[in-house]
Amino acid sequence: MAQRLVIDPITRIEGHLRIEAELDGNSKVAKAYSSGTMVRGIEIILKGRDPREAWAFAQRACGVCTTVHSFASIRSVEDALGIKIPKAANLLRNLMIAQQYAHDHVMHFYHLHALDWVDVVASLKANPAETSRIQQSISSWRNSSPAYFADVQKKVQSIVDSGQLSVFANAYWGHPAYKLPPEINLLAVAHYLEALDWQKDAVKIHTILGGKNPHPNFVVGGVPMPIDLNSDTALNAERLSIISDSIDRITEFVDQVYLPDLLAIAPYYLDYAAIGEGLGNFLTWGELPGEDNSDTSKYVVPRALILNRDLANVTVPDPRDFDRMKEYISHSWYKYGAGETAGLHPWQGETTFNYTGPKPPFQQLEVEQKYSWLKAPRWNDVPVEVGPLARVLAMYAGGHQQTKDLVDMVLKKLGAPITAVFSTLGRTAARAIETKVFADTLRATYNDLITEIKAGNTRTFNSDKWEPLTWPARAQGFGFMEAPRGALGHWIVIQNGKIENYQMVVPTTWNGSPRDHKGQAGAYEAALVGTPLAKPEWPLEILRTIHSFDPCMACAIHMVDAQGQDLGEVGIGLNVCVS
Amino acid sequence: MEQQERKVVLGLGNILNRDEGMGVHAVKALEAQIGDLAGVEWVDGGVLGMNLLMLIEECSHLLVLDAADARQPPGTLIQLRREQIPLYAGIKMSQHQVTFQEVLGLANIRGKLPPHLHLIGIQPADLSIGLGLSPEVAAILPEMNEQALMILNQWGLLTHK
Repeated sequence: MAQRLVIDPITRIEGHLRIEAELDGNSKVAKAYSSGTMVRGIEIILKGRDPREAWAFAQRACGVCTTVHSFASIRSVEDALGIKIPKAANLLRNLMIAQQYAHDHVMHFYHLHALDWVDVVASLKANPAETSRIQQSISSWRNSSPAYFADVQKKVQSIVDSGQLSVFANAYWGHPAYKLPPEINLLAVAHYLEALDWQKDAVKIHTILGGKNPHPNFVVGGVPMPIDLNSDTALNAERLSIISDSIDRITEFVDQVYLPDLLAIAPYYLDYAAIGEGLGNFLTWGELPGEDNSDTSKYVVPRALILNRDLANVTVPDPRDFDRMKEYISHSWYKYGAGETAGLHPWQGETTFNYTGPKPPFQQLEVEQKYSWLKAPRWNDVPVEVGPLARVLAMYAGGHQQTKDLVDMVLKKLGAPITAVFSTLGRTAARAIETKVFADTLRATYNDLITEIKAGNTRTFNSDKWEPLTWPARAQGFGFMEAPRGALGHWIVIQNGKIENYQMVVPTTWNGSPRDHKGQAGAYEAALVGTPLAKPEWPLEILRTIHSFDPCMACAIHMVDAQGQDLGEVGIGLNVCVS
Repeated sequence: MEQQERKVVLGLGNILNRDEGMGVHAVKALEAQIGDLAGVEWVDGGVLGMNLLMLIEECSHLLVLDAADARQPPGTLIQLRREQIPLYAGIKMSQHQVTFQEVLGLANIRGKLPPHLHLIGIQPADLSIGLGLSPEVAAILPEMNEQALMILNQWGLLTHK
């Protein structure tokens, strides 16, 4: 058995992921295996239920990508039953979607990804005056004085002195692959802390339109929030004003903190413009629809398939295509009635657990057999990457002007050619670029909403097909959503008013999938090949690429291991929270 | 910026796991016993975890009642002063493994750990699924509450409305 580096659990992601990597003689990754280590069965739970409430169950796949499964779910039902939502409802949904992107991506950059590039402890060597000079040179953000950065530095110092590194514990501080000057480390740490505060405001669109965050409420046929300027319990003038202020705070932070920070950090890591993209194939279902959700030509993010990095020959994938849209389980812990090498379109999908892996504790997975709770979705038997890079490429190729301008600006600033986008750095920059694109739609969408309200078009719910008696005996639907992590699809089959089958093919399922029936690696597995490790016992470089995908494993495999891994002694526990 | 002025007695725990919920039982018993105290809030924090961060950051005085594991015999009363409370649990198996320690640690990083902070706990005997407290813990609960009142008294908060 080959010697493999095992990282389990991967931290600073959502969910439970294990990566095994074989290294060559030069400490570069030769082969990599991605395993989802938990499963829940939400698809099974949904069988037999009322389609109108499926969104509430599906949403519980994950609270980080909160809303995404609800959108895919309600859209799948609306697609199956031919329900059109009112224009104001579409605008409200688009506000929620754009806010999701801004909140999620900013949080990801600072709280999940940044510490791969930023050495917190090294910020203690920074000169606050120089940090201030750098801050003022990259942005007009208000928190920029030397005293401010000196304060942040003092805070970090007291955390280090206390011996309790808290959220900065268990890390690779001092790793030789950290390249930032102390001042940029300090600047990034300051923004890490600021983003924690900012994000409280950044969820207000959800809390107003959906009642809470995470997990706002939804309804098939529209949005559950009525519009009535004179009512205390509807979207009224006061709440519109709160939304407007929130939009300003969101766009300000994206423009003055997130994007400038990315551009300040990237030049020190240009080697990552040649690391971390393996497949060269990308897929999107598209997002930000017009009033007719089924008209893909009006989506801001196009529905697109890109093969072999060819931006000149982009096609439109059809999620209803039985021959091309398939999930395989040859290396996944499931069984299919049709056998091990069968590929199933989600409308015929099956979720039957079949754990054949080693009994824990074990050293390595049996990668020649089944080794993950993720299925292997493939488009026309080809593995694809989904997510920010896929979307930015789709928009770039589709002629979206703002995307094109932003991509060209970033490449110019970094002195990099277009091929640099096919990389960990490219994916990370794409995330920031699309955050700006989505955030900028907020104000325009808000203005459109005001226009509709002034014209008296305040209906937010279409009740025409609410009653099951109005439904056909059998219906199939596809619900899409470009979740922050990538293309999300829910395929529903409704029979006599109840869910007969429900399959979720989730961004991280595509990206984190194991090998398929032909032995083709999934996106993570392919992306890691060639990654150099300066210090293999501290595999920071692997984390950089994995985190660039922003894994959400809870979504990808829908189980909780009720055995609750025997955690043994978890230090000096206070509040040993057994729930 | 919100002021830090709230005075809170916070009972934590999961009442579905017997002794794990003792903090909740304790704070409810205290409220029943004492009634209204001027300016003091009796809060059932349940398993809210990170959702308690905002509340904590608004406190000038925070008394936490909770199950505590100090490797002592079941039923042992445990008290930790502010500077003794560990602000982070070392090994994490998943993002979902957030304990109250992380919440305090985060408040601390943000410079908003309550200036007056104290924890009273009891070593649990029984963490299995069920609703009632174990006999060992039930027997000590009144003493936990006596200690709680002593702390409130030291803080000058034992004044009735």
